[in-house]
This record gives sequence, C-alpha cells and structure tokens, in this order.
Amino acid sequence: MKYIRAFKDKSARQIMLGIAFFSLLLLLVIGVSLLLKALPIMKEKSLWALLSSGNWKPFKGEFGFLPYIISTLYVSLIAIIIALPLSLLSGIYLCTYASKTISRIFEPVIDLLSGIPPVIYGVWGTLTIVPLIANKIAPRYVEFSSGFSVLAGGLVLAIMILPLLISILLEVFRSLPKEITDASLSLGATKWQTVKKVMLRKSFPGIIAATVLSVSRAFGETIAVLMVCGNIPIIPHSLFDACYPLPALIANNYGEMLSMPNYESALMFGAFLLFIIIVIFNAISRLTLNQIEKRFSL
Amino acid sequence: MNNPGLAFVSDVFEDYHNKTILMKLPSYHTISIRNLNVYIENQHILQDINLTIPEKSITCIIGPSGCGKSTLLRTLNRMHDDTPEVKINGQVIVDDEDIYGVNVNVIDVRKKMGLLAQRPCPLPMSIFDNVAYGPRIHGLKKRKAINQTVIQYLQYVGLWDEVRGRVRNSASKLSIGQQQRLCLARGLAIEPEYILGDEATSALDPISTKKIEEMFVKLKEQYTIILVTHTLRQAKRIADYIVFMYLGKIIESGSTEEFFNNPKKQLTRDYLSGSFS
Amino acid sequence: MINTKRQEEIFFKILMIISICVIMSILLFIIGTVLYKGLPALDWDMVSKLPGGGFYLGKEGGVLNAIIGSLYLISGSVVISLTLSVPLVLFINFYLPKKSVFASIIRFSFDILFGVPSIVYGAFGFALMIFLGMRASLLGGIIAVALLIMPIMVRSFDEVTRLLPRDLPDALLSLGATKYEMSKVILRQLMPGLVTAILLAVGRGIGDAATVLFTAGYTDNLPNALNHPAATLPLSIFFQLGSPVEEVQNRAYASAVILTVIILILSFSARYFSSKYSKNKI
Repeated sequence: MKYIRAFKDKSARQIMLGIAFFSLLLLLVIGVSLLLKALPIMKEKSLWALLSSGNWKPFKGEFGFLPYIISTLYVSLIAIIIALPLSLLSGIYLCTYASKTISRIFEPVIDLLSGIPPVIYGVWGTLTIVPLIANKIAPRYVEFSSGFSVLAGGLVLAIMILPLLISILLEVFRSLPKEITDASLSLGATKWQTVKKVMLRKSFPGIIAATVLSVSRAFGETIAVLMVCGNIPIIPHSLFDACYPLPALIANNYGEMLSMPNYESALMFGAFLLFIIIVIFNAISRLTLNQIEKRFSL
Repeated sequence: MNNPGLAFVSDVFEDYHNKTILMKLPSYHTISIRNLNVYIENQHILQDINLTIPEKSITCIIGPSGCGKSTLLRTLNRMHDDTPEVKINGQVIVDDEDIYGVNVNVIDVRKKMGLLAQRPCPLPMSIFDNVAYGPRIHGLKKRKAINQTVIQYLQYVGLWDEVRGRVRNSASKLSIGQQQRLCLARGLAIEPEYILGDEATSALDPISTKKIEEMFVKLKEQYTIILVTHTLRQAKRIADYIVFMYLGKIIESGSTEEFFNNPKKQLTRDYLSGSFS
Repeated sequence: MINTKRQEEIFFKILMIISICVIMSILLFIIGTVLYKGLPALDWDMVSKLPGGGFYLGKEGGVLNAIIGSLYLISGSVVISLTLSVPLVLFINFYLPKKSVFASIIRFSFDILFGVPSIVYGAFGFALMIFLGMRASLLGGIIAVALLIMPIMVRSFDEVTRLLPRDLPDALLSLGATKYEMSKVILRQLMPGLVTAILLAVGRGIGDAATVLFTAGYTDNLPNALNHPAATLPLSIFFQLGSPVEEVQNRAYASAVILTVIILILSFSARYFSSKYSKNKI
C-alpha cells in the first residue's frame, strides 16, 4: 500500500516534469520548425534582399517582403496611435475617478471586447468602417478609395488591442503602492496633478511595456486585417491606400502555394519573421512587467 | 553543557553529552530535539535548540511573535520540506528515530503527528469525507471500518451529535468552532502519537476555545501534545510544561507551576510581567 | 492660476469620460451591427441544415456543418490542452518550491506563448501536418487550436492557483498525504477557477479563424472522422462573406450571430464562475 502510494506519487511527478519540459520546448520547437521551413528561401536569397525588396512575383521566384513589412508597421502604428490615448484616459479614469458602479459596468465591456473573435471584428469593419471611409472620409482627401485601406485596418486593430492595453495598464496602475499617490494627495495636490506628476511618471516603464505588448498583438492579428485592408502588395502611400500586412499574406496564400517552388518557404519565412519579432517584443515587455510587479509587491 | 533549554530533561540529555556514547532512549513516545539550528535565507531563525518533550502531557511553547515558535513546531513534522530556503541542522528524534535521517519516509513522520492549524481548514468535501480522508489514503478500505472510525472520532470531539443528520453536507458550512473540532477529529483519525497545535484557538470564540482546551486535556491521557500559543493564560490553564522562546532561542523551560511562580531568568520575568510581548 | 489648474483637470476628466463612453458604444455598435445583419437571416433551417449546393454558391440550407464542426473541434482541443495544462499548473505550484526558478521560467514561456499570434500556430500546425503526412483535417485543427488555447488555460488557471492560501496544502500534507493525493484534493477546491479558465479558452478557440484556416480545412458535410476536414464557424463567416450570392452572405451573417451569442454566453459564465470563486475565498 505504502509503496503503491509512493509509486503513484513518483510517476505523477515524472509525468508532470515531462509535461513541463515539453511546454518549455514548445516555443523552441515552433521557432525551429518555422525556421527549417524557411531555410530554402533563405539559402537562395540574402536576408537583406528578402526584407528590402518590394518585388513580389511568386511566379518568377521574386519574394520581396518590403510592402508587407511596411503595411504591418503602418497599420499597427495607426492602431496604437488611436488606442493608446483612449486606453490611457479610460485606464486612469477607472483607477482614480471612477465609482465602483462604473468599474463594474466597464469590466465586462473589456472582457467582451477581448472575447469577440477577430472574424467578427472583420465583419463589422467591412460593414461599417470600410464604407464610412470610402464614402465619407476619403473623398475629402483623395480622389478615390475603396475604403479597404490602412486606415480601416488601423481602426479595427485599434479596437482589437484596446482590451489588452487597458487591462495591462490597469494592472500597472494598480501595482503602484497606494502610499505614493496618498503622499502626493496629502501634500495638497489635486487628483489630476497626482496622476500627471506621480502616477504616469512612476508607471512609465509599465506603460511602455503595455504599448509594446499591444503593438506585437497588432502585428500578428490576421483575419480582421485581412478582411478590411484590401490586400494589394504595394507599398501604401496614404492612409486611404490599400495595404497587405504580413499575416494577411500568409493566410491568403496558403493552399495555392504548394504548386510554386519556394512559395511555401517564402510564406514560412514570413511566419518565422512574425514569430521572432513578436517573441522578442513579448519577452522584453513581459520582463519589464514582471520586474514592476516584483518591485512593488515586496 | 550549560544549556538553558535542558531544564526539565537534563538527566537524559546530560548523559548523552557527557558520556559521549549515544544512550539509547527508552522507547516511549518522546520527541527529543538536539542541537537544532534552522536558517531561512541566512537568517538564523532557531539557534541551538535542545529540548525533550515528555510523553502524555501538554507542552506549551510561548514567546513573542517572531520568536520562532511556529518554525520550531513545523520542524517537528517536516513541513519545511517544500521550502528549500529553510536549512535545518541537528536532530529531531521521535520514537528513537531521527526524522531528518536518510531513510526516513516523510509520510510516516507526518502520520505520527496530528497538526491542528491556526485557522481551521476543512477539505473541500463532506464532513464525513473530511474525517475519512486520512484513514482512506493510509489504506483503510472497508466501508464498515471507515464508518466506525469517522463516528468514533466525531463523537470524541463532541461533534457527532451536532452534525448527525448532515454528515454528507459540505464541511465548509459548519461554524468556525465546529470546523476546528472537525479538523481535530480529522487529525486524530490518522491515529497519530503526537498532537501539534499551532495557535489552534486563536481564531475561535471563547466558548469554542474552551471546548478545544478541554479536548486537549482529555487527549493528553493518550497523546503527547505540543502547543504553540500566544496567550499566557491559555498556557497557564492547560500546560504541564512551558517552553519560553525569545529571538530563536529557548530562554527557559520547566513545569508550568515553576515557570509561572518561580521564573529563573530576568527575561522570563519581564515577559510574564508584560513588559514586552 | 488655480483656475487654469481646475480647468485642466475638468478638461481631462471630460476626455476620460468620453473615452469610456466611446469604448462602451463601440462594443454596442459591433454587437448591434452583427445582430442587425444576422438576425433576419437566422431561422431554424439555418441552424439545422447543411448548406445546399456548396457553401460558396448554393442558396439553400444553413450552417449546421460549421456549428457541429466547431463543437467537435473545440471539445477535442479542450481535452488535449486540459490534460497538459492541469498537471502543469499543479506541478509548478505544488511540486516545485515556492520561489522556484524553473517555475518562473515556465510561467514566462507561457506569457510569451500567449502572445504568439494564431496565424503562427496555424502555420506551425500546418508544417507539423505536412511533416506527419496529414491532410487538412479535424485532427489537425484540434492540435493547432489546442496549442493556441493552452497558454490561455495555463495562465488563467495558474492565476487562481497561486492565490490559494497555503492552509489547504499544509492541512493535507500534515495528514500524511503524498503530493499526488494532495493535488487531487486541491483540484477539487480549484474547480471554479478551472472552469473559468476553460470557458476563456473555449471562447478564444472557438472564434479563431487563422489557426483553423489551413489545418482544419472546410467542408459542406459534417465531419465524421478525425482525418476528414471540418467546417468551423469563423471560417463559415470568412468564406461565405466573400460570396457574390446574397443568400450565402446571409449564412455568414447568421454564423456571426451564432458565434457572438456563444461568446457572450461564455464570457458571462466565466465572469459568474470567477466571482463565485472569489466570494468563497474572502
């Protein structure tokens, strides 16, 4: 009996340890297998050529990723420019001024926004944002826009990263020790002064980390972006031009790629690129956030 | 050996030190702690603890908070095993065997010690299963035997009549005093030889406290009981022996009567008069 | 001087309230749009029939293929990721010491896996399937989605597990329980937290299109084997929205309503369970 129990305990420990190692390896396995798949194209062309060329002609074996990279950066930039002020303002409000009732109403809103699947955002974007841009906004600035554009992508992405951004900002603000803000308030500063001079300044690294994390979320977003960006592989010149972010490229071309040499490898290179950048961004910002949590919790 | 911790056990202990041969202790149920030092992350939490706990009696460990009394208690059933920051040197000999020895099974050590924690912590299951849990994991399978054990220990702690019709209900619905008695029954059901109490009444109301205290007095006929307590009055009420600790050291120990009426150390007198706590 | 300070505060306060209102109205706007477009298209045939004449052009039938496909897919993924996540979380919380470096490395790696986009899981799943010689199939989709939701499950289950007071593990250990026996009892206590984690993971997994795009494939039929392709709700929206036929588009909108309702239910039940859990604890 005693031995059976000890045996069960030991086996459970071994199995769990195995799972733990497996899960540690997972990140590595994903990275390495994408890299292996991307190797053929990387052998043929230099990394620089792949990244800096704007020529995308799979039939001729030309794979220049520049339009996709620019598109991704452009769309994500628009998204964070829209999302950051909104999240900061609402995050500060929830942490300082808001009554319990408002927080209680707002929390499920954030939950739901983060729960809504990308494809629903895509549907909503094509039904509302795209026509809005095509008919109302774009005509004021350019001759013609289909509405499927950088701006549409940026707007939809902005809303999609809002919940992540707000919830991390809230975490950052709430990890500030209460004594710091109390000290400022007791010196006669108004709430807003305290926010400006103490809260924002003290949580600056956290805000940066939250921003980086949200940007990397925007980098990887696929379906919604695919549905509203227009997907034309040219470098976009204005907000109202169509664009073709990297994830959309991968998603759109699977299936047909197997018939063309190196096409699959090129797409996998795209996935690998995305993976590496996002992992690095995530690692940096998570480390920062962990540091903040540790500093204030001790 | 002029160690203050040896007051009431000096005979056995001095032999051990002076004759340099390991005297075999008589094999009744005693715990004897020898040269115990405990460090937590370079902090010397327990310093040179030497102590023998007499059997079938209540020994109360008292002292201001942070003096290491809870750490000492947890050392006795190896609850520090999962915290690698805690380094333990020395011997804790329970029934002739050093529980920190190489071949000792920690499960056996813990089975010998029933622990009653500060706050009652019922397991997330029914009242019945709470008491039955220990015997079950230790190999009791027959339904009848389990039923009998559960009823016996629930009766023992005076809970049986209170919970009779609802032993299948969740244990978390009991009052906190009832929960603590349930925890005691649960601990007794694994048939320990020792009972450890870690401020076991500090979360309870006076009536529940009194019930638990009466239980301890009844239990000492069969068990060796070691209690950490924060109230001097409780120690006075129920203890047979007192161990007074301060800053990780045993300052004074002895029989309750002597300890309270005729303390030997200035520190003890200060503590008893309430100059610090 | 004092006046401008006050004015500044009032100005920003108004901005804050506006941004709160904007965010709330966006949510209502999105849900409203989906319902407005989808509800008229939603009838009994829609949820009970397979698409007739092909999902892209056929005007008849509904999206039963996608509903069933999504259910199969998510159940499979939840089973796989549960069997990995639960032991993992119990391991890092109760088998490893409290300040274990190994545990923090694992937590960190799941923080990062959580950030890996679904398209990468899809691409990885696809690469894995080619390596194993599989075609787009239910099983492929299950594996890819399991990878996608595992970080969500681990992180959210770990969060509640870390909050468990030491009392319960201590009580169990002092009764002479082995770590394994202890973990089983603790799991019972953590059930509401685990349910919340599952609901969150299901919500994310059932709505994600990029992971299943090349791993699960798409079909007009019900999946009847693990190695057959399976339709899913998000792809049913994605593919059918692009069709020139209005009836087919309607199927996409109807699927959007179904998916949104599922998400709403999941989100609110997750909230219910986690609040129930915290009530028990305090």
